[in-house]
Amino acid sequence: MVEKETAFSKYMPHVVLLLGVLIIFLPVWLAFVASTWDPATISNGKLPLTPGPYFIENYKRILFSGTSSSTREPVWSMLGNSFIMAIGVAVGKIIISILSAFALVYYKFPLRRTVFWFIFITLMLPVEVRIFPTYKIVADLGMLDTYHGLIIPLIASATGTLLFRQFFMTVPDELLEASKIDAAGPFRFFKDTLVPLSMTTIAALFVIQFIYGWNQYLWPLLITTKDSMQTIVIGIRKMIVTQDALTEWQLAMATAVLALLPPVAVVIGMQKLFVKGLVETEK
Amino acid sequence: MEKRTVFSGYAIPLALLAPQLLITVIFFYLPAGQAIWQSFQLEDAFGTVSQFVGFENYKLLFERPEYFKAIGATAVFSVLVGTLSLALSLFLAVQANKALKGASFYKTLLIWPYAVAPAIAGVLWLFLFQPSMGMVARLLQQWGIPWDPLLNGNHAMILVVLAATWKQISYNFLFFLAGLQSIPHSLIEASAIDGATPLRRFWTIIFPLLSPTTFYLIVVNVVYVFFDTFGIIDAVTHGGPAGATTTLVFKVYNDGRSGGDLGSSAAQSVILMVIVIALTAIQFRYIERKVNY
Amino acid sequence: MADVTLKDIRKVYPGGFEAVKGIGFAIPDGGFCVLVGPSGCGKSTLLRMIAGLERISSGECRINGRLVNDVEPADRDIAMVFQNYALYPHMSVYDNMAYGLRNRKTPEDEIRRRVADAAKILAIEPLLERRPRALSGGQRQRVAMGRAIVRKPQVFLFDEPLSNLDAKLRVHMRVEIKKLHKSLGVTSIYVTHDQVEAMTLADMIVVMNAGRIEQIGTPLEVYARPESTFVATFIGSPAMNLLKGSVADAGTVAVGGTRISCETGNAATGTEVLVGIRPDEVALKPGAPLTVDVTFAEELGPSRLYHGTLGGQDMVIQVVPHAADPAATRLGIDIPARAVHLFDAASGRRL
Repeated sequence: MVEKETAFSKYMPHVVLLLGVLIIFLPVWLAFVASTWDPATISNGKLPLTPGPYFIENYKRILFSGTSSSTREPVWSMLGNSFIMAIGVAVGKIIISILSAFALVYYKFPLRRTVFWFIFITLMLPVEVRIFPTYKIVADLGMLDTYHGLIIPLIASATGTLLFRQFFMTVPDELLEASKIDAAGPFRFFKDTLVPLSMTTIAALFVIQFIYGWNQYLWPLLITTKDSMQTIVIGIRKMIVTQDALTEWQLAMATAVLALLPPVAVVIGMQKLFVKGLVETEK
Repeated sequence: MEKRTVFSGYAIPLALLAPQLLITVIFFYLPAGQAIWQSFQLEDAFGTVSQFVGFENYKLLFERPEYFKAIGATAVFSVLVGTLSLALSLFLAVQANKALKGASFYKTLLIWPYAVAPAIAGVLWLFLFQPSMGMVARLLQQWGIPWDPLLNGNHAMILVVLAATWKQISYNFLFFLAGLQSIPHSLIEASAIDGATPLRRFWTIIFPLLSPTTFYLIVVNVVYVFFDTFGIIDAVTHGGPAGATTTLVFKVYNDGRSGGDLGSSAAQSVILMVIVIALTAIQFRYIERKVNY
Repeated sequence: MADVTLKDIRKVYPGGFEAVKGIGFAIPDGGFCVLVGPSGCGKSTLLRMIAGLERISSGECRINGRLVNDVEPADRDIAMVFQNYALYPHMSVYDNMAYGLRNRKTPEDEIRRRVADAAKILAIEPLLERRPRALSGGQRQRVAMGRAIVRKPQVFLFDEPLSNLDAKLRVHMRVEIKKLHKSLGVTSIYVTHDQVEAMTLADMIVVMNAGRIEQIGTPLEVYARPESTFVATFIGSPAMNLLKGSVADAGTVAVGGTRISCETGNAATGTEVLVGIRPDEVALKPGAPLTVDVTFAEELGPSRLYHGTLGGQDMVIQVVPHAADPAATRLGIDIPARAVHLFDAASGRRL
């Protein structure tokens, strides 16, 4: 369009956006800065805006020895738990939902619609609204403080099934027909055609569910009692003591940086898949 | 929507659905059913004897001022986070859309907070606003504001609102930007030919066309504020001071865990369930497209 | 190779809709049968029932004498070319062609030989390592045919294979299919809504309408002796003129105020008829009593169409361009008696 383009109208959006980006970055940057200073510098309230000399010391300490009070678990084991949980949730969800979507789309059987709604309704039951009964069931099954206890109750939800169902509906009917004429049965069709075609959807779902699993809070908070089982998100909560004199902020901030780095790296590194997954799972 | 050609047989689809159905029954329907059942029961302190009390638990709930306080806190929290995050992200998305080629660059720089766990987001902001050594807290105190979220309920609310908004902006921004980019350029051009000023253009053309996105985001944001922010509140304020930041979800957790009043906690869960179902029903208009059954 | 015999085939969908209403005919070994008709006439459903992709509600389908109603598509010894090609997008051209053979446990060196042969016939040898995405429409079409050829099936089934191609390529591939059929001699059943494709490819045309057969015959028979007004207007372009009239006496029909002489057979005087005249079978005859009032003319290059009226009814005639003045408003014409087709006005059947 031919519209008066002044320097103001040209650069204003960039100025505003950069300001926004700066404000969004600020808390993370200050957390990183804090993680590279000693407790004295932080507690006198005069934290500089640039990193200090304690980077290696603080991170080494937190990764391998932990804090001196509250939870003393080293952070590397929390990171390990978080990875196991995030990958377990993502992979588990993908497997059970791709199988159920395959059954729902490519088979006709009695009660199919009922089964679909049965799964679909679980969208309306977030873990928060049924937290104690679920906890009790997991406890009765002896799954407290176990990885499968952390993972399995979270892997069934309608999102994945709906996403795969939606994708399968876009696969041309003729591909199945050609496969049938090419003497491929259901398993061959699934393995040779459907799964290879679903790769982007699988990857997008993995990205979203990895983040979902990594960021779980209430669930691991309830069902892990041992420090050795806690995830990093739970670990950091235990490092923040309300009587703040006891909080080792440089270590807490180092843990925060370590806790947000993996999912943020996934989002930035796989931005396309992330956006696709987000838009398609939520909408 | 149906496939023209399908496979036949019952055993295979049943086997394929079994894991999902099993987990759904054990970890979704059973606990939800139990919550409903418990909400009508009164248990003694040891949990051994229970009796059916009808709606007694619900009645008691609404006789307690704390519950109304939690409703109020939730309402304030939702409205503030929803309004702030939607307004800011729409503003940023409009700017990014103007930046044309730069849009994807800014997108990369703005969407990552989505990946930060709510609890971590809370801790990051707590660090800035921590009264004794937080950078922003000190600044406020220098300006004569007696900032202390550990003692002042309003301050605590502001703190959790900031953290929750910070995290949610990225999600809203992404959807607003996609919505803006999908508005055909010819419409903007047509309105320019009709003599509309850029500001008028925004309110008469762009904003109405964006309304499905906005509506969708309002629902999603309410769900987010209700449930996903639990981590922020638990990590930053523990619902305090004096219950100022105790939202409905936090109260369910707190009552069930410390109080041991399972009946009351269950009744609260059921009320939350009703709220989610209502929200989902509203959202249904949009999900329908995908469900198509 | 094999013959295909259909006996009273019906397709009723669960909702009660009857897509195919009792169809029976036989295709001889090595024949090229084209099912033609407007969309929704049931031709694709019929083909898909022969392929085994749709269940046959009732009737019998035999391939080489064997009843295949309940036989899986894979076991019918057929190959199919789809309208959208249905190539596996994640497999190379080679793998696309080899997939069906691999699933049937054909030895790998046999597969290599057959794919190489097919690729040679179709001139797609340089494309074997590519993915379908990297191919043009015409190339994809060839690969789809290659996938059918390598199987050496008894019957080829084509479901509107050319309709996704542009006009020029369509003519070219039509010729290729014809050549291929000539050299391989495999029984083929071909579905199309394009009457030109039907005319050029078939040695047996089955014209379908609303789930029923209108006429079966060679292209020439169907063109020269349409059994119904439906076939008359469907086959041939521009479409046959149909004028309302009645039998005046043995040897003439009255159309509006004018009379046209023709074979009336044993139709009684006064019978209401539809008079069918192909636009290109009308001859110009200046000064003749029979005239067409011209509304406008369309130039096609090798010929010209005059749109006008005869006895108050719409009529199109097709003539060579130099035969008359493009701006003529009235043309004298002559209609040879053998060029007039008479149909019963009520039933639309040929008299």
